[in-house]
Amino acid sequence: MLAAVATFALEGVRSHEVTAEVDVRSGIAIFTLVGLPDRAVRESRERVRAALLNSGLDFPKKRLTVNLAPAHVRKAGPSFDLAIAVGVLAASGQVPSDALRDCALCGELSLSGELRPVRGALAAALGARDAGYRRLLVPAPNGPEAALVEGVEVYGIPTLARLADVLHGRWTPEAALPAVPNAAEGVGGGPDLADVRGQEDAKRALEIAAAGGHNVLMIGPPGAGKTMLARRLPGILPPPTFEEALEVTQVHSAAGVGSGRLVTERPFRAPHHTISAQGLVGGGARPMPGEITLAHRGVLFLDELPEFGRAAVDALRQPLEEGRVEIMRGQRTLEFPANATVVAACNRCPCARPPDNCTCTALELGRYLRRLSGPLLDRIDLVCQVESVPAVQLVGEDDGGRVRTSSAGVRDRVIAARERQRARLSGTGALCNGDLDARLTRRQVPLNSVLRARLLGARGTATLSGRAHDRILRVARTIGDLAGRERVTPTDLDEALSYRLHGWEAIAA
Amino acid sequence: MIDACDRCLRRAFLVAHLAPRIAGLLDHRPPRIAGLLALPDDAFVAAVAGDDRDDARAFLDGFEVDWAREALESFRVVTLCRHADEYPAPVHELADPPAVLFGLGSIEALRALRKDPAVTVVGSRRASAYGTEVAYALGRGLGAAGVPVVSGLAVGIDGTAHRGCLDGSGVTIAVLACGPDVVYPRRHKRLHELIRAEGIVLSELPPGTRPFRWSFPARNRIMAALARMTVVVEAAEPSGSLITADFARDLGRAVAAVPGRVTSSIARGTNGLLKDGAAPVTGTQDVLDELYGVGVRRAPPIADDRPEPAEPRQRAVLEAAERFASIDAIARELNLTASNVRAALGRLEAEGWLVRRDLGGWERTAT
Repeated sequence: MLAAVATFALEGVRSHEVTAEVDVRSGIAIFTLVGLPDRAVRESRERVRAALLNSGLDFPKKRLTVNLAPAHVRKAGPSFDLAIAVGVLAASGQVPSDALRDCALCGELSLSGELRPVRGALAAALGARDAGYRRLLVPAPNGPEAALVEGVEVYGIPTLARLADVLHGRWTPEAALPAVPNAAEGVGGGPDLADVRGQEDAKRALEIAAAGGHNVLMIGPPGAGKTMLARRLPGILPPPTFEEALEVTQVHSAAGVGSGRLVTERPFRAPHHTISAQGLVGGGARPMPGEITLAHRGVLFLDELPEFGRAAVDALRQPLEEGRVEIMRGQRTLEFPANATVVAACNRCPCARPPDNCTCTALELGRYLRRLSGPLLDRIDLVCQVESVPAVQLVGEDDGGRVRTSSAGVRDRVIAARERQRARLSGTGALCNGDLDARLTRRQVPLNSVLRARLLGARGTATLSGRAHDRILRVARTIGDLAGRERVTPTDLDEALSYRLHGWEAIAA
Repeated sequence: MIDACDRCLRRAFLVAHLAPRIAGLLDHRPPRIAGLLALPDDAFVAAVAGDDRDDARAFLDGFEVDWAREALESFRVVTLCRHADEYPAPVHELADPPAVLFGLGSIEALRALRKDPAVTVVGSRRASAYGTEVAYALGRGLGAAGVPVVSGLAVGIDGTAHRGCLDGSGVTIAVLACGPDVVYPRRHKRLHELIRAEGIVLSELPPGTRPFRWSFPARNRIMAALARMTVVVEAAEPSGSLITADFARDLGRAVAAVPGRVTSSIARGTNGLLKDGAAPVTGTQDVLDELYGVGVRRAPPIADDRPEPAEPRQRAVLEAAERFASIDAIARELNLTASNVRAALGRLEAEGWLVRRDLGGWERTAT
């Protein structure tokens, strides 16, 4: 007898449909698995056999052939266990085949017959919905995550025996509840800007970065608070929309770092500078998402930027330009989402001592700064110097009589500025000023004679590249948006000019 | 043009031939040439060549002067031996004047030395924004006043002084520690071209010779000798600029220094010179006074096309930026927001009132 069971296999962060075809006929009792299975898939024969027997079900002592279709795609991982087991049950007449018609399932089996959670349940649910399946059966721990997808009924099943009950119609489980955190524990977590004393200038730079989706480079001595500031950027970005949250959850679930619930905060990733290019942008024999993908819709923090390997930094070019990573494997191209705000940090010089005691030679300084240049620097709109805060200010009770900026207050301004951008940019494909390319920048930030004179007459701008001009204009537009202005004013442009990279360009060039 | 006798040419190429051996002798000791270059040919070979003595003698004997002349001619190398009329007279005062000076550029630059005494402007390769500003202003002011500016084409102060002089339409002379056609440092390729066009690039080493550690202090003696006065803009301790100042002092030439911050390690050398009696230089006028006597020659006014910062806020920020190193500190002092201060600074930098120091803080530009 023949049975076919639909399951979904993870590929990158998406899933593709795989049909487990099971053929049972009399002959010598062997169990063959075809369809380019890897080791883990081939081992699933042992898990299926043991799980069936330990669940009080029968493992047919016949000639068993399993084909995982499409047969030309490599199959990896243990998530095919459940489909194979159910296929065996159906092909040997232990469960009705009709029950499987509009139903997809995925899961790993333990020898006891228990269903183990798999990576990428959300991607499987999205795949099942798009393929038109009415029901998706997943291991119970994956239920809440998969149920986030609307348009497909998701059931969390604890064991293989209970699954047989469901297919026989002996048990109707409750549909799994989506893992959306309730409003009380929702937004507002994470560190607050109000914890940072002083650094008003750096906070302003972060506000502009958040409002316009600009990448930032913070330059300052060790201990000035660069990392502390960067950690607070996710908290002042607008809270993710449901679609964005779903994208982030899907990525985290596929990478196996998810909590199994909807991610409601923007991710913050801070890879160490020894990371490889593959670790940063993804890859591997079985392609896994890299840090830039894990930071999708959030913040990627690159501390000690000049210490990162050249190859790793260069690999960021495509994701920063296009918001996605493409990885070629054989004839297939995998795509990972990679739309993150990059915050980079570095010291002012390799010795990192105070300026008066700095012992770096011109050569060392030049070498250090040259490592900064290249594709990444081209995509950084804001350069902000972060100075150490005087100790008096750190221990003082009040902050010089000023009200300290809180994340909530900044976020409100950021949301308003983003709203303005969205309205202005509708139809252009860009969502925020940071997304503007050269053509859009010129169109979106028209220069009148006053602004043009200010920009072109500025000392040091004569040698600036077109890209550098565009960076200044994009930032000026965001500063105007934060102030709620229709047009960019000369003052906005002046402020944007001050976020240029100074002096260094000459040295690093 | 070529005006060099056979003996001197032979000697110049012998120095280049033995340059690696000199490096073996001197590079691990304090970088002084210790009279080595003053020795007559035979004694020089004996002192330097060691086991390669015969090889060096064979080089001398086999040296084809005519071939060298032809080659130098075809590459338009200005070649002057110490017996030539055009050889710069002040260099003769050295105990060990170079046998030959090789130059690329215009001989007019050397002739200018007869009319107006030159000034050597040297300083640290790792200059601060302050030092860079002062070196540029000095170079431009002296250039505009018609005083030839001599320097060493190094990054930092040297290159900036050359650049300033060119911008002031002056004559500038670069003295290299390698052949005059070898661009060292490579970063100054463009500047090397400009100086060749507007002034001259000089060296005692024949074209094609690479720089050696010993050839830098050797070059410094020529810089000191070419000028009536040596101005050190910024120098740590010890440094090549101080070696140049030592040579100038030994030659009985004036030594001047630009005062620096007492807390700054890259001003320790210049402040030390001032303590030892060097003339303090705060601008072009000080140099002219020292050269010609007080008030004899006035520094020509440099046209300043910058409008005064009109807004009171910009003036306040300009004043505060000199005292404070961070935007937060300025904002606190003036009771402004960081954004206000940023806008004012952006304008001030754009209009050229302030430059940002690489290591933080701002420097007011010199007029």
